[in-house]
Amino acid sequence: MQRNDLTRRAFVAALTASVASVAAPASALEPATARGLVDRVLADVVPLINSGQTAEQMFPAFERIFATYADVPAIARAALGPVARTLPAAEFAAYEGAFRLYMARKYGRRFREFIGGRIEVTGAAPLGRHAEVRSMVEMTGWAPFEMLWHVADVGGQPLFFNLIIEGVNMLAVERTEIQAMLAARGGDVGRLVQDLAQA
Amino acid sequence: MTPHLPVLAALFALAACAAPIPSAEVSDPFEAQNRQVHAFNLGLDRAIRPRGDAAAADPAPPSAGAMMLSRAGANLGLPSAAVNGLLQGRPDDALANVARFAVNSTVGVLGLFDPAGAIGISARPGDFGQTLHVWGVGEGDFVMLPVLGPSTTRDVAGRVVDALIDPLGQVVDPPESYGLAAVRVRGRIADRARLGGTIDSILDESADSYAQLRLAYVQNRRFQLGQTGAAEDFEDPYAAQ
Repeated sequence: MQRNDLTRRAFVAALTASVASVAAPASALEPATARGLVDRVLADVVPLINSGQTAEQMFPAFERIFATYADVPAIARAALGPVARTLPAAEFAAYEGAFRLYMARKYGRRFREFIGGRIEVTGAAPLGRHAEVRSMVEMTGWAPFEMLWHVADVGGQPLFFNLIIEGVNMLAVERTEIQAMLAARGGDVGRLVQDLAQA
Repeated sequence: MTPHLPVLAALFALAACAAPIPSAEVSDPFEAQNRQVHAFNLGLDRAIRPRGDAAAADPAPPSAGAMMLSRAGANLGLPSAAVNGLLQGRPDDALANVARFAVNSTVGVLGLFDPAGAIGISARPGDFGQTLHVWGVGEGDFVMLPVLGPSTTRDVAGRVVDALIDPLGQVVDPPESYGLAAVRVRGRIADRARLGGTIDSILDESADSYAQLRLAYVQNRRFQLGQTGAAEDFEDPYAAQ
């Protein structure tokens, strides 16, 4: 059992920036390896949170952390849906960069609300070819809530691709959001990219 | 209770008509009307909770007063949760709720404090929508209720039944019952304030706040009811490639 001071939004924000490989996972991931990844994320994020910086000041550090530990390209692709397959590589790369900025701002903005929370990793289990790491988050004034980390083996290294808090999963939230934005722009990915980068 | 029986029968019929739906999908045949209700709710929310840049920049932790109001409101839901625990065949949970209500209503000064939690008696969520689920009723269609927000046809039926079978409603008459209702409303408003920034961000910063609320409600409700978490039922962004 590892116990760390951490915030709820920190984890979500932990998805914000990554330039990790887009390679699909090849082999089954050991749950212990996935748990090791989550332990490393917490070990990096906890000192950052306790540094006393504002959320804005923490953005760059979070971007580095998430570039290392999250599969943001896979998250960006899932959020865009079927359209992603039709995009030329350069256009997808532009979208992915804009998505990363959007995520950093979206989840970083409310970050300070969750200072003072604690997280305890409680277990890890296989999830198809992937693995699920379970954790409990405790925040002052709230009942403890469960957070799940879904981790894949991406090109030989573990990266997390989804976070689920009390049943609400980030991939579904971002798919809903990005596809609503795309629909509001008449399906114009170029305008989506522009607006995401400025959101 | 006798006069309520026809109402109950009608609600059961309504809820039972709704067939179960596959996971990750939400049945929303009333979407047009629901969106109108959502627009109304959004206007109401902004009217009672003006948005300020200061709050967005540096949100404050919940105040002690807000937490007391929230606790007092939640405390009044315990007798009803206990009844539903019994209806679902969970007497241990029902007993925990009764014990918690007894301790927090007395030692905890009408629920403002939580001495029961300090000695390990936590609340066991229970509502009649959950009871209907345990009895095999599917979630039905998504419904956006005025003021109360997202729900489903099953959970709307549950809310109505909960109001009818609430033990507090049986033993407390007006005008005292108005006081209890006021405490509940104040508790809900305090909850809204405590969740402040998180809900603001869904309502104000989403491209489609209706779709986000619908998603969050349905996913969280299915989680509460133990309908999620199966190892084969998860989002796999690599599977579609």
